[in-house]
Amino acid sequence: MSESRKIAIEVRDAVKRYGDFTALKKISLSIYDNEFFTLLGPSGCGKTTLLRMIGGFEDVTEGDIFLYGDEIAALPPNKRPVNTVFQNYALFPHMTVLENVAFGVEMRGSSKPEAETRASEVLELVQLSQFSGRKPSQLSGGQQQRVALARALAPKPKLLLLDEPLSALDRKLRKTMQLELKHLQRETGITFIFVTHDQEEALTMSDRIAVMSSGEVQQLGEARDIYERPHNKFVADFIGETNLLEISVHAINDGLATCHLVGGHILTCPAVDGVSVGNKVHLSVRPERLFITDQPTNAEGFKGKVLENIFVGTDISTLIDLGEGPGFTVRTSNSERGNKRIFEPGSEVYINMELGAARLLVD
Amino acid sequence: MTGGETNDDGVTTDTYAETRHWLLLPAWATLGIFVLLPVFIMLIYSFLTKEFRGGVVWEFNLAAYDQFFFDRGLFGDEPAKIEWTYISIFWRSIWQAGAATLMSLLIGFPTAYFIATQPEKSRPIWVFLITIPYWVNLLIRTVSMKFLLRDEGPLNDFLMNFGLIDSPFHIINTNLAVQLGLFYSYLPFMVLPIYAAVERYNFTMSEAAADLYANKLTTLRRILLPAVKPGVIAGCILVFVPSMGSFLAPDLLGGAKNFMIGSLIEEQFKGNAGNWPFGAAASMILLTMVLIILILVARHQANYVKGAS
Repeated sequence: MSESRKIAIEVRDAVKRYGDFTALKKISLSIYDNEFFTLLGPSGCGKTTLLRMIGGFEDVTEGDIFLYGDEIAALPPNKRPVNTVFQNYALFPHMTVLENVAFGVEMRGSSKPEAETRASEVLELVQLSQFSGRKPSQLSGGQQQRVALARALAPKPKLLLLDEPLSALDRKLRKTMQLELKHLQRETGITFIFVTHDQEEALTMSDRIAVMSSGEVQQLGEARDIYERPHNKFVADFIGETNLLEISVHAINDGLATCHLVGGHILTCPAVDGVSVGNKVHLSVRPERLFITDQPTNAEGFKGKVLENIFVGTDISTLIDLGEGPGFTVRTSNSERGNKRIFEPGSEVYINMELGAARLLVD
Repeated sequence: MTGGETNDDGVTTDTYAETRHWLLLPAWATLGIFVLLPVFIMLIYSFLTKEFRGGVVWEFNLAAYDQFFFDRGLFGDEPAKIEWTYISIFWRSIWQAGAATLMSLLIGFPTAYFIATQPEKSRPIWVFLITIPYWVNLLIRTVSMKFLLRDEGPLNDFLMNFGLIDSPFHIINTNLAVQLGLFYSYLPFMVLPIYAAVERYNFTMSEAAADLYANKLTTLRRILLPAVKPGVIAGCILVFVPSMGSFLAPDLLGGAKNFMIGSLIEEQFKGNAGNWPFGAAASMILLTMVLIILILVARHQANYVKGAS
């Protein structure tokens, strides 16, 4: 991410309070031009509030919001060149699909025929041309979703806000729409800000993700970075599946930390800033970064007993009990079954990991 | 218990079909006795002949309708001309009821909108407050209105004390007084259906309109109003129809000049001057007019609903 990229939206020290309750605690972040940016977090983390502040539907209690350098925090929604795809679509039921999509263009000052020409173009883009004469209620959920998208794109906004737009769709359709949205973002070159609580969705679509919880940004970075180098316990736990282990840091030498686990096990992993000797913190190991053998491969393998194998389609999750100490989940891909054995429950096995698979977390 | 049983051939027979018909009887009886029968009686009476001191003689003719529409001179031997007296009373009724409906809409819509946008917990309290004045009998409310609107009444006192006018603003015994009376009589019938419609309205649609660069007025006109239209129409019908046939407000507030169809009908059944067949005929004409209006509205509604779903 080069520093020279144009900033589409800059949120500076934004605070949102409802009476005594603080929904957002001094949020600052910059979103680049032509970026697919995701606000990810559990419900109540403030992600929708932040999105609604950018859209103009919520006042900013403190702080500023800049859109391509212009201060917009005081502008009402109809004065911001920003459009929104709402969670429940909010299509206008008494208008046809074409009228819905043309509405925003017309409101921006185009004549009715001009607006309808533009609307037809955008409907073509989302492959809904043949439905332009229908009323929204005559469409399926997925089609309504596309109309909402077309309606928000038609006035050529500088920024598109998407408030959990896929949450009402079934899993399969959601997968298709995820890719379509990503392609649409590339084709139009419009900056997308996407809100979701679904970490898988966020990882699939986003250039960068801001993981939020209790009104704060916990970590901001590229999807892969967030998955592989979670900064704290919340992020590691929220994104993907992980083994969270309580440890105490015994020593740090040459960038490597020696950690003691419950039950006397010892584990070495890369040191991180903010964790020093004597700290009792957590450590995250992704289940797919572990592998099981029946013989110890090095000194650091943990000996344990297989409790259960869970078939989850592409993978098999194996739960392992270390006797004393934490339990582990190990994921073995089905495609690797040829060279990695599956052990029956009760088998004595060793859990192994590469150096770097374990990640120290700031609490 | 499903109310059906399967016989040896595997055919399910509905053992409660018979009972179900009997259970509907109270509903049919109510409709028949309290709606259809009275209308039928009125229809018969409108074709009967007038008895000298009220009441009827059982001789069928069209005299009552003839009297409503045609003028045949004092002794009924001149060539028939259109009788404008009753038609103009009718027309004034439509006009007065229309004006009262418009007033109710202008005041009732913002009121309903206000209530529907209050926090959910306090909405029933507001609705309750709206209905409180209507616990008082309509007659008493209308008489009170008369005192309020008098030349020496509180309204004129108020306006004069604040120097807004120099001499009393003459309202009582005018069309305006009747309209105000009707407006006040039926306002809740406007507020409540509109409230119900606005409460169901998805306010995200207003946000979506604002998001798509529409200002507040455009959002009201192009998004909110079409969405709550059924409620507005229901409110207008509920105010317009009783206003049309009302006689209290025109009698007490309008004076002799501002006669409405309701008063005309009332006169026919009161005292010795009455003409029962004529009153029944006027009622039938009023009923027919209202029915035509309702059918037109229903047709319009049906088209609207068809379009929306």
